[in-house]
Amino acid sequence: MPHVAEISTATSRAAAANSRGTARSRAARIGTERVIRGSLLACALLSIVTTFTILVILLVQSASFFAMPQVSAWEFFTGTTWAPLLGEEKHFGIWPLIAGTLLVTSIAAAFALPVGLLVAVYLSEYAPSRVRAILKPILEVLAGIPTVVYGFFALAVITPFLHEHVSESFGTFNALGAGLAVGIMILPIVASLSEDSLRAVPRSLRDAAFAMGGTRFDVSTKVVVPAALSGIVASWLLAITRAIGETMIVALAAGGLASMTFNPAHEVQTMTAYMVQIFTGDAPAYGIEYKSSFAVATILFVITLALTVVGNLFLRAFREEYE
Amino acid sequence: MHSLGARAQSTTRTRTPGEIVAAATPTSQVGRRIVDRTFLGVCIAFTALAVLLLVILLVSIWQDGHARLSWQFLSAFASRKTEEAGVRAPLWGSIWVCVICAVAALPIGVGTAIYLEEFSKRSRFRSFIQLNIANLAGVPSIVYGILGLTAFARAFGTANSEDPITFGQPESFFYLQLPFGHGVLAGGLTLMLVVLPIVIVSSQEALRTVPGSLRTAALALGATQWQTTWNITLPASIPMIMTGGILAMSRAIGEAAPILVLGVPLFIRSTPTNLMSDFTVLPLQIYNWSMRQQSGFHELAAAGIIVLLAVLLTLNAFAVIIRHRLQRANG
Repeated sequence: MPHVAEISTATSRAAAANSRGTARSRAARIGTERVIRGSLLACALLSIVTTFTILVILLVQSASFFAMPQVSAWEFFTGTTWAPLLGEEKHFGIWPLIAGTLLVTSIAAAFALPVGLLVAVYLSEYAPSRVRAILKPILEVLAGIPTVVYGFFALAVITPFLHEHVSESFGTFNALGAGLAVGIMILPIVASLSEDSLRAVPRSLRDAAFAMGGTRFDVSTKVVVPAALSGIVASWLLAITRAIGETMIVALAAGGLASMTFNPAHEVQTMTAYMVQIFTGDAPAYGIEYKSSFAVATILFVITLALTVVGNLFLRAFREEYE
Repeated sequence: MHSLGARAQSTTRTRTPGEIVAAATPTSQVGRRIVDRTFLGVCIAFTALAVLLLVILLVSIWQDGHARLSWQFLSAFASRKTEEAGVRAPLWGSIWVCVICAVAALPIGVGTAIYLEEFSKRSRFRSFIQLNIANLAGVPSIVYGILGLTAFARAFGTANSEDPITFGQPESFFYLQLPFGHGVLAGGLTLMLVVLPIVIVSSQEALRTVPGSLRTAALALGATQWQTTWNITLPASIPMIMTGGILAMSRAIGEAAPILVLGVPLFIRSTPTNLMSDFTVLPLQIYNWSMRQQSGFHELAAAGIIVLLAVLLTLNAFAVIIRHRLQRANG
């Protein structure tokens, strides 16, 4: 057996492999093959079962939420008050949670999308290979840091900084601190995926533009970036999807007050943060607050799924092909 | 004018050399030099900002937490007294959960990748599975938590969670119960669902790097598809598969949201002894400490983060070593 590693050509390896094959008769070999093929197919089908089960769970639980007498679907989809825990009268209007999610995601996107693209352009078009060799691993480190660490960073560093140097109105929990932390989290996604698509642009295009007397700026912004646009937009959409679904940062740093506000200094609650509040809190299982989190999860699932689908379509529909 | 025209057409599928030339038409030589240099400056500034942010992040956490690091911090359980608290339970919880996740996710993920790359024809069914995996990769991890809670922790409500069906003694290593409740098995399987798309996609990429001529040679000698895969394709791609797998495990170790949804107890003073044991994981313990306003917990959270990052670093070092070893073994 160990001698196989020393044999270098593919042919002799294959011959060795064949002689090692346990099944001697043709029929037995075909039988083994069928069993293995079947189990591999079962592995592949698990992913479809997963999607299906998620859908069924979310739909069934949401249906039982909407079937409750205190809940109206109309209020859920149009209401602007989300007060499931406080007070005598419970209100389930999803918009404050969507507004909170949107605010945090917009801040993150406003920071990470342009900065990520600039970093990508620098890495792919300007940076000498030595600098690249240092910067790429740094981006990988940033991408590998667990999100709870960014949440702690927002709480312990970003928010105190905002409070001291920007405005006194920033409290312990605020949308800007959380949004910036989410932005730092998605920055490496944008940078490394955009860089991949920039580098995939054929060299001949750059050479042609340089030959016409274009500066590096001209070549990057007018030739390379437009050519890689489908990949860049796909990386943006992926980053936005991650920002919307991000949980631990917003649960730590954005607060727990669902409000219709677009003031970045205010405390907001996102869809994911509400789910955390319910699943860690004392909300009785199978109660109305508990079930409401499944309805929120359904909305979250639909939004992220739509973005992922659009991203994949974009990648396919607008891919520029050369030669 | 020219550049405007080029931009308007940039969404078309192919670009003729003429357009590219038009896009780069000069305005003023000196002006363009200045724009170029300024743009480079902006790029460098923002890249430096990204690096600076990482440095600030690491330094601030080290400053807050390094004083709490000690052998006692690793070996003590959580405590209400901050000076006695440690990460023993979450550290062991993370290790258990990660091992379960690896044992479940690697075979299933690699199996799926092999099916898609080696065994299926380019059919509608195949692209449906592929699309499905791409979509699963975008599902927020907290949604997987809901799936884990319903499917693993509660078995879809088919059995009573308060009064589970048990097999064996609760103290024994082989103790099992149905539904799983919020034990390490439920946690590990939930994380398996989270990382499965990553494992599948990276394994597919690894399999694609194996040249087709190797497969053809094996098949021509009469090897079956599986013999070819097992003896030729898999050994050639195993370093890349392992690298992707370890990356996925790092992701699993850092995940807190799905575990949080499972409803694990917040205060744990024991390490897991079997698959049904209560547990907590490092990111969740860090979350709990960060949420506390009282003095002392902040430092505990920072020290917990240092331990978590050290675990991730070790795991990645393993990835590098394994890749190196296997690449050499493969010649």
